[in-house]
Amino acid sequence: MASVHLDQVWKTYPNGHVAARGVELGIEDGEFMVLVGPSGCGKSTALRMIAGLETPTQGRVMIGERDVTEVPPQERDIAMVFQSYALYPHMTVRDNLGFGLRMRGTPQARIAERVDTAAKALGLAAVLDRKPGQLSGGQRQRVALGRAIVREPMVFLFDEPLSNLDAKLRLETRAELARLHRRLAATMVYVTHDQEEALTLGTRVAVMNEGRVEQVGPPLEVYRRPETRFVATFVGSPAMNLLPADLLPGLRQGAAGTLGIRPHDVTVVAAGAGDRDAVVDVVEPRGSELLLYLRLGAQGEGSEIRVVTPPDLEVAPDRVVGLRFDRARLHFFDPETGRRVD
Amino acid sequence: MTAPAVLTIIIVALFPLSWTIWESLHLHDLRMPWLGRPFVGLDNYLEVLRDRRFWGSMAHTAWFAAVSVSLELVVGCALALAMNRTFRGRTLVRLSILIPWAIPTVVAALVWRFMFEGLEGWLASDLKAWVPIILSDAWKETPFVALLLLAGLQGIDPSLYEAARIDGASPWRQFRHVTLPLLAPAIMVALIFRTMNAFRVFDLIYVLTGGGPGTATEPISLYTFNSLMQNLRFGYGSTLSVLVFLVTFALALGYIRLLGRGLTETRA
Amino acid sequence: MRGQGRWATLVIAALVLAVAFPFYRAVAGSLTPEAQLFGGAPLWPDPPVLYHYRALFTERQFWLPIRNSLIVAGATTLFCVTLGSLCAYALARLRFRGKALLLGAILAVSMFPQIAVVSPLFLLLRTLRLINTYPGLVLPYLTFAMPLTVWLLVGYFRQLPAELEEAAMVDGASRFRAFREVIVPLALPGLAATAILTFVYSWNEFLFALSFTLGPERQTVPVAIALFRGQYQVPWGQVLAAAIVATAPVAVLVLAFQRRIVQGLTAGAVKG
Repeated sequence: MASVHLDQVWKTYPNGHVAARGVELGIEDGEFMVLVGPSGCGKSTALRMIAGLETPTQGRVMIGERDVTEVPPQERDIAMVFQSYALYPHMTVRDNLGFGLRMRGTPQARIAERVDTAAKALGLAAVLDRKPGQLSGGQRQRVALGRAIVREPMVFLFDEPLSNLDAKLRLETRAELARLHRRLAATMVYVTHDQEEALTLGTRVAVMNEGRVEQVGPPLEVYRRPETRFVATFVGSPAMNLLPADLLPGLRQGAAGTLGIRPHDVTVVAAGAGDRDAVVDVVEPRGSELLLYLRLGAQGEGSEIRVVTPPDLEVAPDRVVGLRFDRARLHFFDPETGRRVD
Repeated sequence: MTAPAVLTIIIVALFPLSWTIWESLHLHDLRMPWLGRPFVGLDNYLEVLRDRRFWGSMAHTAWFAAVSVSLELVVGCALALAMNRTFRGRTLVRLSILIPWAIPTVVAALVWRFMFEGLEGWLASDLKAWVPIILSDAWKETPFVALLLLAGLQGIDPSLYEAARIDGASPWRQFRHVTLPLLAPAIMVALIFRTMNAFRVFDLIYVLTGGGPGTATEPISLYTFNSLMQNLRFGYGSTLSVLVFLVTFALALGYIRLLGRGLTETRA
Repeated sequence: MRGQGRWATLVIAALVLAVAFPFYRAVAGSLTPEAQLFGGAPLWPDPPVLYHYRALFTERQFWLPIRNSLIVAGATTLFCVTLGSLCAYALARLRFRGKALLLGAILAVSMFPQIAVVSPLFLLLRTLRLINTYPGLVLPYLTFAMPLTVWLLVGYFRQLPAELEEAAMVDGASRFRAFREVIVPLALPGLAATAILTFVYSWNEFLFALSFTLGPERQTVPVAIALFRGQYQVPWGQVLAAAIVATAPVAVLVLAFQRRIVQGLTAGAVKG
């Protein structure tokens, strides 16, 4: 087990594309760190640099006390679960699981022992002699996991391992991963574009955008106190509403800037009885709640705002309602830097 | 990892080519070794320009390439369309395609020569001798063209045809407005490969007519070969070689540019 | 649209007939007595004879060119596939400067007109005393076979998912080991297709074989057949018999590997 540190890492590709801009990230020993962000934000690049599949143009990569920036992947003692699993199609499950140990010269008996243990733990004992092509998606995923577990590496790396699973399987496997982390107490670095996955799995979350880490912290903190406008709108679903700060006069001096409030933190009341009026545009029943799209202003001439309400609320399109904002859950962001202002 | 292969290529290809270019600037006749190998600059090239047989062979080659490639494209296209539709006898079709491609050109040429030798007046006629030449080339190469075009056809989304049908297009209209534009890249590739190979034709004519009667069907590569290996005029032959190379190269460049443009245009 | 099916079948039938007809004439001719072969051979010999085939091996020692072709084509294929696959792998996977240039150069070399390199190669081989030897043919064959192999295999390797090698490297394998244990088993179909294509092209090659060999000891099948000389005129009976004999193994090869061959041909060409 070991810590991981990305020290002011830059990655520029020959065609000029900058994938990582001064990424600074410290991952503690035994922590489950999730790198989350939209496509192209650099999270996969960062993961691959930890793996050694990409070399930083600038900066250092440390695993434990060791500077591994120039060390090739085979010598880093890390294991990786790929998005497409990357199982060796021409080998049986047993050989797939044992490949890494075989590369490291582990004696046959030990390999067999470790493979059997892992297979049993993952429910793969029955398919050990099949080839990946004969397995279901879920089974393949477990083989990919098993291959990493068997290695007992210092760090586990996951590159969007759940993206190829259907919704139900995704949730089940998510729980499996959480259990796995608890059991092994291993350092895990996990990449996903799904912010819900990030919030539920990580002990800490790093939100990335355009090659930079915008915020690092425990999931709840990132959710409750987003440091930048980007983090505010990326984390949480439905996304946070961003409105001009002069919406609620008297709340702030120099009322320029952006005001953020989550759809869950707005209450619908009678017209005229709240902080602002709005006209209902679209009503989306979601079973356990209603998602309303409204336009601010008594005639609906202002910006769009999303509000989540209890499911039994009586409301229809073109109705005028009042909105009350929870004062304790307001966020303010600087108009130029996008950073949080307290 | 690349080193051994690259080295081999350099030695066996680039070196000889540079040598040939250098040689073309010298007088080098192996039948008259006492003349040595003096540097004569562009004299050989000037002689070539005045050489009737050279221009004749260039004309023959261009004519041969134009006719045979056009024939192969049209017939190949028809074949590809037909193959795209039939499902029975796949193996037989594939065999029919591959065997002409797989046998040595000289064998094919000999069989065709045999078939025409019995017939009066064909191989002895300046003009009519071209018929077996073009026919045998088409026989051997059309299947390959059909294969290329078939691969291109199979890449066309079938729902485009359905959309066209719903819009009321007849089969011919569908061909013109859906098939042809989307097949254009494959056609270009086939055109490039076939034209460049047609330009280098050697085996076929050497065996079928020997360039005859006289030099009536002699293509440029055969003329070059005769200069080099029969007449042993290495300097002059090298000049011809360089010219052949330049023409092939120019063709390749021209086509690659056309292909590049064609590709960016037909992005459906 | 239904009429289309019938039209298509007609075209296919025409194709099969057009391909089969010359073969039929060749087979018929090879079975025709010498006397009937001139001034228009009959469509079917009466009586059919086998002595042309016999003469191939008793009078002309046709097994010699067959042996030569096997050795030359075999050796060329072996070299090209082993060296070429390493080169193609490096080109497909590794990033280094000038890669596009190298690929372009390789493609360009495969487009060389052979005639342009015949004379320097001839003089080079003569200096090295390799005229009329096996290496004297294999080496020139590498000029066109190696670029072809590399070109085909680069396209093929590019298709294999890069993640497999990455997984192997993360698992502890060196690049070379990853190549050997993971890539090669997966690439076998592509390697096989390339090997077949290389073999066929080498077997059929004529110009170099004609220029660099001097006699039946080293001549390959195409050259031997082309140079069949009779006392007064071309011995068509034997020539056609030789043609059939030369075609039969090729036909078997094609029959056995038709799918692979088609894959190889279209993969290399229709890349656009």
